[in-house]
Amino acid sequence: MAKVNIKIEGQPYEVEAGQTIMEACKACGYEIPSLCTYNHGKCSLASCRVCLVEATGTKGLVASCVYPVAEGMEITISSPKAVEARRTSVELLLSNHNRNCQECDKNGKCELLHVAQITGAREARFNGAKTEVTVDQLTPSIKRDTSKCVLCGRCIARCEEAHGLSVLGFINRGFHTVVGPAENRSFKDSPCLLCGQCTTVCPTGALMEVSEIDKVDEAFKAGKHVIIQVAPAVRASLGEEFDLPIGTPVTGKMIAALRRLGFERCYDVNFGADLTIMEEGTELLGRITNGGVLPMITSCSPGWINYAEYYYGDLLDHVSSCKSPHEMQGAIIKSYWAKEKGIDPKDIFVVSVMPCTAKKFEKERPQLVTNGYPDVDAVLTTRELGKLIKRAGIQFNKLPEEEWDQDIMGDYTGAAVIFGVTGGVMEAALRTVYYKLTGKEYGKIVFEEVRGHDAGIREASLDINGTTVNIAVASGMRSAKILLDEIREGKSKYHFIEFMCCPGGCINGGGQSYVKPCFLPNEADDILDTYKEKRAKALYTEDERQVVRQSHNNPQIIELYEKFLGEPNSHLAHELLHTTYAARERFNDPE
Amino acid sequence: MAHLNEAAVKQIEEICDRYKNENTPLVMILSDIQKEYGYIPLEVQELVSEKTGISVAEIYGVVTFYSFFSLKPKGKYVIGCCLGTACYVKGAQQVIDKFSEILGIKAGETTDDGLFTIDALRCIGACSVAPAVTINGTVYSKVKVDEVKGIVEKYQKGAN
Repeated sequence: MAKVNIKIEGQPYEVEAGQTIMEACKACGYEIPSLCTYNHGKCSLASCRVCLVEATGTKGLVASCVYPVAEGMEITISSPKAVEARRTSVELLLSNHNRNCQECDKNGKCELLHVAQITGAREARFNGAKTEVTVDQLTPSIKRDTSKCVLCGRCIARCEEAHGLSVLGFINRGFHTVVGPAENRSFKDSPCLLCGQCTTVCPTGALMEVSEIDKVDEAFKAGKHVIIQVAPAVRASLGEEFDLPIGTPVTGKMIAALRRLGFERCYDVNFGADLTIMEEGTELLGRITNGGVLPMITSCSPGWINYAEYYYGDLLDHVSSCKSPHEMQGAIIKSYWAKEKGIDPKDIFVVSVMPCTAKKFEKERPQLVTNGYPDVDAVLTTRELGKLIKRAGIQFNKLPEEEWDQDIMGDYTGAAVIFGVTGGVMEAALRTVYYKLTGKEYGKIVFEEVRGHDAGIREASLDINGTTVNIAVASGMRSAKILLDEIREGKSKYHFIEFMCCPGGCINGGGQSYVKPCFLPNEADDILDTYKEKRAKALYTEDERQVVRQSHNNPQIIELYEKFLGEPNSHLAHELLHTTYAARERFNDPE
Repeated sequence: MAHLNEAAVKQIEEICDRYKNENTPLVMILSDIQKEYGYIPLEVQELVSEKTGISVAEIYGVVTFYSFFSLKPKGKYVIGCCLGTACYVKGAQQVIDKFSEILGIKAGETTDDGLFTIDALRCIGACSVAPAVTINGTVYSKVKVDEVKGIVEKYQKGAN
């Protein structure tokens, strides 16, 4: 890589040619504030003007996020002219901003507030007209409030990058510009997957999850039996809410916190994940041996299910009929568990903690109901759980390590833990499918071919008793589309495909902790490239620690089938643990 | 969501195919559709999205960015009143106000009978004949306020 010599604040540095001023400065230890640019200049529209610096060889001030370094360039970040320009840029943004910072849920993680502080923006410097505001909170998942939008375009770029077709775009021009779905519709009447990836990059509170903390409070007030269940990926990210290094597994402390929050039972959704493998594995075997519709596609990710219903309504037969793990577990809590404990299901309130905003929508699907009661009553994101713990005054990092409740249910295997990583469901299923077909455990437990932590497609072939089983794994709907188009054209060679909506799987879900380098001074410069791997590692480590690593060897799962369900895919299992899908119009007529 | 008829689908697909070798075909496609149909509703944008792989949100953004594109049907006769600098100093505001007064609509609106739309345009490059008005491609030069009534009547008669 060619190098160029530059000076920053009078100090000489050698940096890579072709870098932007911002990247070069970062590599040399200077943080230039910015709201619009994102990792490696993705989505650099140079629109926020918060990164202005002085540089020799340029005319006046330049946007450092897009301007490249050149040999001999002298960059000044701290000149009065540059400092004043950056401050004015921020003050202008604030002049068209809803300044209710104290009540805003983004407080503490807001990049606009951060740059306002470091640039020294003055109170109400510019007052004037404001752009007409749209607030959309018609979906249970994501709230859009344009009064807080700075028009950086990160959300549009993230949606496009992850899923290939951005549901968001710029609307109108000039002062009337807003970011929203076509026609400035609600997400409800647009083909939005509700995955929440946009919320993870939004610098302000313009895009956030719809909080359900109030619903949980109400359930406690009403004296319900409040049961909490937590998805695998949450433990790999929750520590970040308490300033622990990214990738710190916090399972034990998290359980201790949940107990102190008063939940009657704290279960791991991993039990549900093991159950999913039993059902989904059996379904796959049935399809292979009885000439059913292949490839079969996993159904755990509600963002993917939304994508399938909006864009591939003709391929819904390929999607496994299994409910997602937390819905299965909710159904078991409101049937088997309720019966064993002698509690009326109407008095049970099931809360799921998920790395996901689409799960908030999923739980309200009319198909996901058991005996008239929703399988799950409330879904909190990892971020909301962090808030709940802080609200209770619990000093998370000082908590002891505690264990999950494991009465009747809750025991889990290593296979379930890795559901949170792209390729994990596939790997877990393969361990069980292999056993079912051969009567033997697969020699090696780890299927390296399907492991990963990033978007893209991975594939493998497995020889089972002379039958070749072709499998593929993809995360991010941009990747999934390639495999789906193959199926549509009748060219797919696969038997089993795992899709996760978010790039990298649930570890990178839209409900996980925000990864914002400006708030993470102790993480490495490349944290936006490495956080997924770090979180994935936390889950793979937990898999290795489990004594039992195949779902079919989970003793409580065996007992559940013996005492209650009969066998996988039995009539009762179908009633409680399986669901249906239906194609949807991409742009509904709004009600 | 309304659905397009077969002929419209075919024609819009044909318009998209015209520009399939272009790197950035969107504005050209939308221009042709605007000229052909007089507006670009959402269902047409969806079809263009399917053909080009450009997201509906982005197409909608382009349609709402340029005033040339319209989301609603325009009248049979589109009265484009130039309000560019040269026309403005030559009294274009009085001209457009007169059209508004006679037709009972504001700039950007269409008459109930679907006959006329008034568009306020920025410079159309006809400064030498300011104030200029274009109606469906015909340029009216040095338009005086008291000529407006006659122009409107001519088109009203033509339509009947």
